[in-house]
Amino acid sequence: MEEKENKKEYDNKQSAGSVFWKEFIKGLVISNPVFILTLGLCPVLAVTNSIDNALGMGAGVIFVLLCSNILISAIRRTIPALIRIPVFIVIIATFVTILSLVFEAYIPPLHESLGIYLSLIVVNCIILGRAEVFASKNSVLFSIADALGIGFGFTIALIIISFLREVLGTGRLAVFGLNLFSIPVLSEHPMTFFISPPGAFLIIGLLMALFKWIGVIKGE
Amino acid sequence: MNNLFTIFIVTAIVNNIVLSKFLGLCPFFGVSKKLSNAVSMGMAVTLVMFISSIATSVIYNYLLVPFNVEFMQIVLYILVIASLVQIVELIIKRTNIALYNSLGIFLPLITTNCAVLGITLINSAEGYTLLESIVSALGGGIGFTLVLIIMSGIREKLDLAQTPVSMKGLPIAFITAALLALAFMGFNGMM
Repeated sequence: MEEKENKKEYDNKQSAGSVFWKEFIKGLVISNPVFILTLGLCPVLAVTNSIDNALGMGAGVIFVLLCSNILISAIRRTIPALIRIPVFIVIIATFVTILSLVFEAYIPPLHESLGIYLSLIVVNCIILGRAEVFASKNSVLFSIADALGIGFGFTIALIIISFLREVLGTGRLAVFGLNLFSIPVLSEHPMTFFISPPGAFLIIGLLMALFKWIGVIKGE
Repeated sequence: MNNLFTIFIVTAIVNNIVLSKFLGLCPFFGVSKKLSNAVSMGMAVTLVMFISSIATSVIYNYLLVPFNVEFMQIVLYILVIASLVQIVELIIKRTNIALYNSLGIFLPLITTNCAVLGITLINSAEGYTLLESIVSALGGGIGFTLVLIIMSGIREKLDLAQTPVSMKGLPIAFITAALLALAFMGFNGMM
């Protein structure tokens, strides 16, 4: 009898683990916030002019999303349904303030280059969206998985876009001052168009078309 | 006076909030399918920007700076903007029902619109006075409306054009925006 109960508990744990992974993978690929859901586009265009900015922004979004998801799902039973949105916004704004102060204190150059976009994480629809759709209805563990999946999905999208923009726009790739490679002719005559605002729109438009094209081919 | 005019032109055209600052992209792509909606949305955003920039500028210059608590600006601004939008919505609903019907559904969306919070944060970061903040907010709102109207005009035509299947919808809209942004980059030489 005891053994049976133990086994049942073990089964539950395993299913919890598999659900954890399912939520994680879901955010990463199936409902990638940028390419599939097209949420939180403002920072995607604004900070992808270099890979450093993209990494900083990705880390910031993961931090805020993780903290707000944990806190909101932990207190989800005590938040009155009527005023839940203002409560979510204040929680998110608090974590964004913490993040902004930490960046300012420890990595001032990144804080300066991200500028107002760091503060604007607060109105990023991804974070409020996950609070409303997921964290306010699920347990803390699943909310962590959801936050990590969506956060990494967002970061990967940022990295892909900023990689293309930095390589085409400057002809070389440097991560935090470390020069990884440079393309011989392109680095002497870089296509600066790609690190300027119109280049951001063009690259994202083409990437979206590419994802749609792959979807069309798979569908047939 | 000259200074105010410069601020207006810079925020409206040279550093257009949509095409060079990338703020308010969700309504830019979401509401730009029809010209009439674009005009309503542009008006609603301009109105909210105008009101909230007055409020946040007063808060920043007379409350946050004297008490040395500038780090509170994100929390305060978002609360102020959210409650102002609610109040504006109530007032419009009571006083002008026709205007409410055309603006109504767009107003709640504006609360989480990064263009409004963005312009107030830019005003504080630039250290603008109250008057300068108002001019910059009006410039931002008018610039937003201008670009939204241009974009919706193009997209109405684009619907009739034959585009490849994978380009339909958002991808072609982004590429159109890229060309528009390229055109607006030409204004950089003005300043």
